[in-house]
Amino acid sequence: MKVVLQNLTKIFPGKSKKEADQVVAVNDFSFEIPDGKLVGLLGPSGCGKSTMLNMISGLQKPTSGHIYFGDDEVTYVEPEHRGVGLVFQNYALYPHLNVKQNIMFPLQNLKGKNKLSKEEMEKRVTEAARFVQIDSLLDRKPAEMSGGQQQRVAIARALVKMPGVLLLDEPLSNLDARLRLQTREEIRRIQKETKITTIFVTHDQEEAMSISDMIVVMKQGTLQQIGKPQDVYDDPVNLFVAKFLGTPPINVFEGKAENGKIYIGNDNVLYAPEVRDGEVYVGIRPEGFIPDPEGPLCCRLINIEVMGRDMSVISANNSAVSETVRSIINSDAGIDTDSEFIRFSVKPHKIFVFDKETEERLY
Amino acid sequence: METGKNSWKAWLYLLPAINFLGAFMVYPLVDVFVYSFEEGYNFASQSFFGVGLYNFSYVLRDPYFLQAVKNTLILVLITVPLSTGFALLISLGLSSVKKVKNLFQTIYFLPYVTNTLAVGLVFMILFKKTAYSDGLVNLLINRFGGSSVDFIDGPYWAKMFVLCFYTIWIVMPFKILILTSALASVKEDYYNAAKIDGTSKFRTFTNITLPMISPMLFYLVITGFIGAFKAYSDSVALFGVNLNAAGMNTIVGYVYDMLYGSSGGYPSFASAAAIILFAIVLTITCINLLVSKKHVHY
Repeated sequence: MKVVLQNLTKIFPGKSKKEADQVVAVNDFSFEIPDGKLVGLLGPSGCGKSTMLNMISGLQKPTSGHIYFGDDEVTYVEPEHRGVGLVFQNYALYPHLNVKQNIMFPLQNLKGKNKLSKEEMEKRVTEAARFVQIDSLLDRKPAEMSGGQQQRVAIARALVKMPGVLLLDEPLSNLDARLRLQTREEIRRIQKETKITTIFVTHDQEEAMSISDMIVVMKQGTLQQIGKPQDVYDDPVNLFVAKFLGTPPINVFEGKAENGKIYIGNDNVLYAPEVRDGEVYVGIRPEGFIPDPEGPLCCRLINIEVMGRDMSVISANNSAVSETVRSIINSDAGIDTDSEFIRFSVKPHKIFVFDKETEERLY
Repeated sequence: METGKNSWKAWLYLLPAINFLGAFMVYPLVDVFVYSFEEGYNFASQSFFGVGLYNFSYVLRDPYFLQAVKNTLILVLITVPLSTGFALLISLGLSSVKKVKNLFQTIYFLPYVTNTLAVGLVFMILFKKTAYSDGLVNLLINRFGGSSVDFIDGPYWAKMFVLCFYTIWIVMPFKILILTSALASVKEDYYNAAKIDGTSKFRTFTNITLPMISPMLFYLVITGFIGAFKAYSDSVALFGVNLNAAGMNTIVGYVYDMLYGSSGGYPSFASAAAIILFAIVLTITCINLLVSKKHVHY
């Protein structure tokens, strides 16, 4: 089922009635999620991701705007009639029920013609449990399981009623690093096999990039960019998106544009005739540096971290916004570790130019 | 305590508490137990004339004691479930209002900080029939076409009604306090999860709310049972000290009367009655614990 959001806005009233106290959690948000895709809602803490998810699930009503599932408007439909499955950040498994009872809980709510027979319920529960590989733990209570297992139960409980849309709120944040890798592949597999349109919320860009078909980058309730992870990474619309995606993060320099040439300090790093003269920010991805004795960009060499496959060259530049500039370079490149300076040339598609005022992308 | 070396230290720390508890709790308890088997014990001369079960057989045949047991049992069976039920209803109401919640919470908590005897006085004014006035409650009954009932000196059921009413009113604030905080501690996520799954209000209450607050409910039921079995002051506040004459005595009241009342001076009988009360409370609490294993989720 495709999900369409139209001009979605959510305003939380402040403590006093004054308008200044209001919090605009989601601001005029529009996008369309194609059927059967896995979409990552990505943004820093407090940017309105969870509010967005709650509005899609129906737990919160939007202040204005519309939500469509397929061709039906569900903006004011109660959560139980939307056919969504929601996996909570802390899983919200009922602690007094065992795994089987937890998974069966949504099925027992069905009424009228949807009502299932006992055998039917058992069958569905067993199927869902086998699907997330917890069929051997059906008699356990949630407290007797690890975080990863609890999460599988939560996913099974969301899937057992065969929802049209599956929503996951920070699904990996309560897991340790190792389990996180494993679980995200698991989520990807489950989504691929069930073909359920899935939206998950995360603040971890790596997580979002690695498994999503599409990522939606948010900042303070407004949509920044939508696209395939690689496209958004390669072609960010503004400085925020460029900075938010990528580990290690992009290196940002203060620079200026003069006669179509972009300067960092006095080094001309790029020819970009379409950029008008003025102050700019220049962003260079860590993998965009090529050590080159003839290269235009000169930095003071501080340290080299060897990581085997490649190495991380840490240097400093007076124009850089952060203290150090981190570049990732193939370890085959011979670098004189004793020299005081290092010169780089820059891969043109790894360098971006942003307006200093609006932080919009200029090149 | 893995080594003997450390264990004497632990005992040393426990010593003050053990001494006090031993001197003021364990020793008197054992003493009461001993008195209950000593026939005709006399405090002044510290003498008795025999050892046996006579005290028990006397107490169990005493019509005043049987009346007291009956009163106490009625009180327990009526007030504990009703007060807990009402408290739960009120707490549910309180947790669903937002605006004047604090005001209501304060109002509901007022009886708890009010003196028992003062409340008794108010109840007397409300219910008592005198030569000058029938009391507020009777005026209301008259208004709706009923005839006046003397709640304080009248028929047994009327007096029992007032006693139960009074007890429920007195014990409810504490239960409301405990239950509102228990309800508040149930995480919102559970309700949200239930809502998404289309759980009906009733099922949410019985399958999520109740199990989640069951430890607190159980605590209230157990302490409620024990408290009601030990009722005495409430009865005095309403009907005065001559409870046997009013037919409204309780087991603890009977024990007191046997010790100090106008017919008092029988510590042996008092001890026997106290031991019987102890046995009843112990039995009921054990039954409670057994039942709770099945229905309480920690």
